[in-house]
Amino acid sequence: MTQVFVSLPARAAPIKTEGLVPWIRSNLFASVPNAILSAALIGLLLWVVFGALRWGVLNAVATANADMCQAARGLGACWGIVNEKARFIVLGRYPQPEHWRPVIATLALLGLVVASCSPRFWKAWLPALWAVVLALFFTLMGGGVLGLSKVPTDQWGGLPLTIMLTVLSMTLAFPIAVAVALGRRSDMPAIKSLCVIYVELVRGVPLISVLFMASFMLPLFMPAGKSPDVLIRVIVGITLFAAAYMAEIIRGGLQSLPKGQTEAAASLGLGYWQTQIKIVLPQALGAVVPSIMNNFISLFKDTSLVTIVSLYELTGALGLAVGSDPNWRPFKIEAYLFIAAIYFGCCFAMSRYSLWIEKRLAVGKAR
Amino acid sequence: MPDTPSPHAMIPARSAPPPKRSAFSWRSNQARGVVYQVAALSFIALLVWLLVSNTMENMRVRGIQSGFDFLLQPAGFDIGEDWIGYESNDRYWKAFLVGLVNTLRVAIIGIVLTTILGTLLGIGRFSRNALVRGLCYGYVEMFRNIPVLLQLLMWYLLFTEYLPQISQAWNVGDLLFLSKNGISFPTPVWALGHTLAVLGLLAGAVAAYLVAARARKRFEHTGHTQKVLWQCMAMVAGGALVGWLAGGAPWQWNIPTMNEVQVEGGGAFTPEYMTVLMGLVLYTSAFVAEVVRGGIASVSLGQHEASASLGLSRWHSMRLVVLPQALRVIIPPMTNQFLNLTKNSSLAVAVGYPDLVSIANTSLNQTGRAVECIAIIMAVYLTTSLLTSGFMNWFNARAAIKER
Repeated sequence: MTQVFVSLPARAAPIKTEGLVPWIRSNLFASVPNAILSAALIGLLLWVVFGALRWGVLNAVATANADMCQAARGLGACWGIVNEKARFIVLGRYPQPEHWRPVIATLALLGLVVASCSPRFWKAWLPALWAVVLALFFTLMGGGVLGLSKVPTDQWGGLPLTIMLTVLSMTLAFPIAVAVALGRRSDMPAIKSLCVIYVELVRGVPLISVLFMASFMLPLFMPAGKSPDVLIRVIVGITLFAAAYMAEIIRGGLQSLPKGQTEAAASLGLGYWQTQIKIVLPQALGAVVPSIMNNFISLFKDTSLVTIVSLYELTGALGLAVGSDPNWRPFKIEAYLFIAAIYFGCCFAMSRYSLWIEKRLAVGKAR
Repeated sequence: MPDTPSPHAMIPARSAPPPKRSAFSWRSNQARGVVYQVAALSFIALLVWLLVSNTMENMRVRGIQSGFDFLLQPAGFDIGEDWIGYESNDRYWKAFLVGLVNTLRVAIIGIVLTTILGTLLGIGRFSRNALVRGLCYGYVEMFRNIPVLLQLLMWYLLFTEYLPQISQAWNVGDLLFLSKNGISFPTPVWALGHTLAVLGLLAGAVAAYLVAARARKRFEHTGHTQKVLWQCMAMVAGGALVGWLAGGAPWQWNIPTMNEVQVEGGGAFTPEYMTVLMGLVLYTSAFVAEVVRGGIASVSLGQHEASASLGLSRWHSMRLVVLPQALRVIIPPMTNQFLNLTKNSSLAVAVGYPDLVSIANTSLNQTGRAVECIAIIMAVYLTTSLLTSGFMNWFNARAAIKER
């Protein structure tokens, strides 16, 4: 009896699980309800995207001509308003021939901020560089020296004001926040309760009431005839506001340190300040850099509120630029979209940075 | 051997401890602490005294009167929307009350809507459908990266410029009318039946709670599960229905009607209210979605897997295993978002919605009592914040892990 060798039929190739088509199958059309949902969402997306394209690109008017915009009204966007008013929106009421000054000052400040974001620049000379650049910023913006004409602060506006308010308040708030956070963890009851009262009081009220206070009440607090400029008052208000929030973030960082660190420092014979400066703060601040970054982002957005106390930063400058011009007023929404894009770009970039630095700082802790 | 001490020689008695020095020593931690605290307190006291005396002096020079007596004077301005029957010759305190009601109207409804929308968006980030995930992500990034003030201004512009004139209001089945002047909708004509229905609803809810509590107790004792969801819902609905029928089943609606110039009757929301509510809800939802996502992500993967291996469905494992654990992480930051929404409602002043800040601002301009008006704003927001965080702390304590 001869046995004939019969091979088993070849097994089918395994279902592909990688690549575009399997991905689409498992992520969009995994089941019948999912497929229906996906189809509906794709339809909706296409409708929205095509509508936006038609309005924003195909039928849009880009030339700065109010009549052409008027003709296209309802069909397409009028980017002409951005063309026409961008300068005023971005730089506010700053005198036209001097526009190079806020541009250079802001670029210098931005460059410094971007450089400070990179751990390569976290050196001892960085604070000194900050002082120099801030001095440069105010000299350029204010003028009155070196042959620059004087520009009073009520003519500052637009993006330079937004960036300056954010950066300066945040910088000034930082030492206050560290002091308050340390004070809140102190053993001395009087100092602890002062810090708690300050933090809870400020965090319990809206920023706008702090700004009202800076603009209406601070002049009453000062000795007669010595009321500081409204810009300074607003910076003081925002700084005190930001410091309370930052103090809570830093306190979180302090709490995250194990007690062994301070005990080890004490057993080495370090005093309170040495312990804080050499051991505790470097670790605690490192741990909260991402949260401080988020605080920075929300402060950047919150500076838009100063328009309510008549300082014309980005949002306020737009109101000034468009509100007083009846030709362009109907196209305000396009101008709003323009500054929304500016805000979005800045905030989105900062939040990406925050994620990046979080990962980078965690490198040392990875096993 | 004079060098070796005899074994019985006594160690000389230690000298008595030095008398406790009552004199101040800079080396003592305690003494320094006292000095620091006294210094800090006196610095604050000096600062306050300086500010108060400056303020007094300034007020005297400028002839500003102070005190809260202005609250009893007639206000003399109109308020666009009020729910408590305010007229322009009413007193200031009543105007402030209208502002407070308007603020709370935005805050409470806003918090409810934000919780619903934000939770859906946060859970959507874990959907199996890539489009749902992507859309939720896009929503969050878009709305949280644009200042809320700008969003409010944009919504207000859309509502007041791009909606039709009131004479050509959009009409949905002769029931809803949407125009530049806001939205009008039918409301029931309030009658005894409605009051009884509300009472019946409450009674049904209490009964349902008791039934659910008993089922739970039974489950904890015996391990038998009992399906009481439909029973509870029927009790709540039935209570309302019985109350409504007992009150004579009122069936009258106040339906808005449109004529040539205006829409009359029914209930209405002004564009300002819609702007503030919608702007704040859409903005804060983006943050709440992130809070919910973070909370769910914080529950370890093993919990999902363990509940799946017990045979729980995806929905059951979410509701019974993941969400209760995520809730502990979610509650504290959620409280912050609720407080933020309440505080951000003060931005209503930018679009002319008469909330507390806007009323205080008008009063401030009319009476010049800056200190008092700002003090009222701050006091109200502080109270609201403390009450909200108190309630959320209580809720948090309930949700926390019960340790033995």
